[in-house]
Amino acid sequence: MKGYLKKNRFDISVIIAFGIFAAYSLFFHFRPGIDILQKNFWAFLKEMLFALPVMFILIGLFDVWVSKEKVQKHIGDSSGVKGVLLVMLLAFVQVGPLYAAFPVAYILQKKGTSSVNIFIYLSSFTMAKVPMLTFEIGFLGLKFSVLRLILSVPVFVLIGMITGRYFDKHKGTINED
Amino acid sequence: MLYVIILTIVLTIVSFIFDKDKTLKGIKTGMKQFVNILPTLLSVIILISIVLYFISDKVLMEYLGAGAGLGAYFSAAILGAVAILPGFIAYPLSGILVQSGVSLAVIAVFITTLKMVGFMTIPIEQKYFGLKVTLMRNALSFVGALIVGIAMALILNYF
Repeated sequence: MKGYLKKNRFDISVIIAFGIFAAYSLFFHFRPGIDILQKNFWAFLKEMLFALPVMFILIGLFDVWVSKEKVQKHIGDSSGVKGVLLVMLLAFVQVGPLYAAFPVAYILQKKGTSSVNIFIYLSSFTMAKVPMLTFEIGFLGLKFSVLRLILSVPVFVLIGMITGRYFDKHKGTINED
Repeated sequence: MLYVIILTIVLTIVSFIFDKDKTLKGIKTGMKQFVNILPTLLSVIILISIVLYFISDKVLMEYLGAGAGLGAYFSAAILGAVAILPGFIAYPLSGILVQSGVSLAVIAVFITTLKMVGFMTIPIEQKYFGLKVTLMRNALSFVGALIVGIAMALILNYF
């Protein structure tokens, strides 16, 4: 608990300051404060407090059933369509930002994965890992998510292929940071 | 939102039937992550609430709305390329922007560059792949995001 408070001290100060501001606004009928509270803060909060716990349960379940390590074990130097699908799956199950994938790209190179597949792997981060997809659908709707996926997968697989070819042509190697 | 709730309930039940312990562990991990991001999320909602009060819908629309035309896509692309935001903040924020009237296609550009173009992380990326390849990957991804957004706009408007 103490560690939690310490780690989040900035955020918690913001929350407390806002709490005081909110109480002041309500008590003295400070119009801008009430507007911020009602029109923005409460409207946003309502939606998220219901949505988020549900989404995080999904994320947790996903975490215990499909691990990054499991998929990585199967990749190695798989080539062809199977190789492409495997690297895409790896990106799909991996959480975290794109730059967290750079060290993984290095490991894949060491395991013998082709440059094209490595860059397709990086490009596949556009798909949003499964947990984040929950957020996307929750906040932007299923139609948005489906459309975005259908449109971005071909575009970004192509970008991965172009970058990978270019990388090979210039005899690039991935460095270990 | 309803889909997500139904999906979660169904999957939780299925998961529970297969493996009770694993399911409980998963729910626990998820809740722990939720509690961990809660303070950040709350303070981000507070800051967004305040900022959006001062930036009127009119100003927002001038840069990201229909009136900005293609410029809206560029603004969104640059915003996403420069920003470093985790998804659990970016998606609620995007939801808020959509409610304020920003189109889904513009949001698609923002989300895509946010994920795929890392202006701030170019120094890290170039250590791994070299500067040339890094710049190329980022530039192509920037263009790719615009293509995705514009294609989405065409589909949403004409179908």
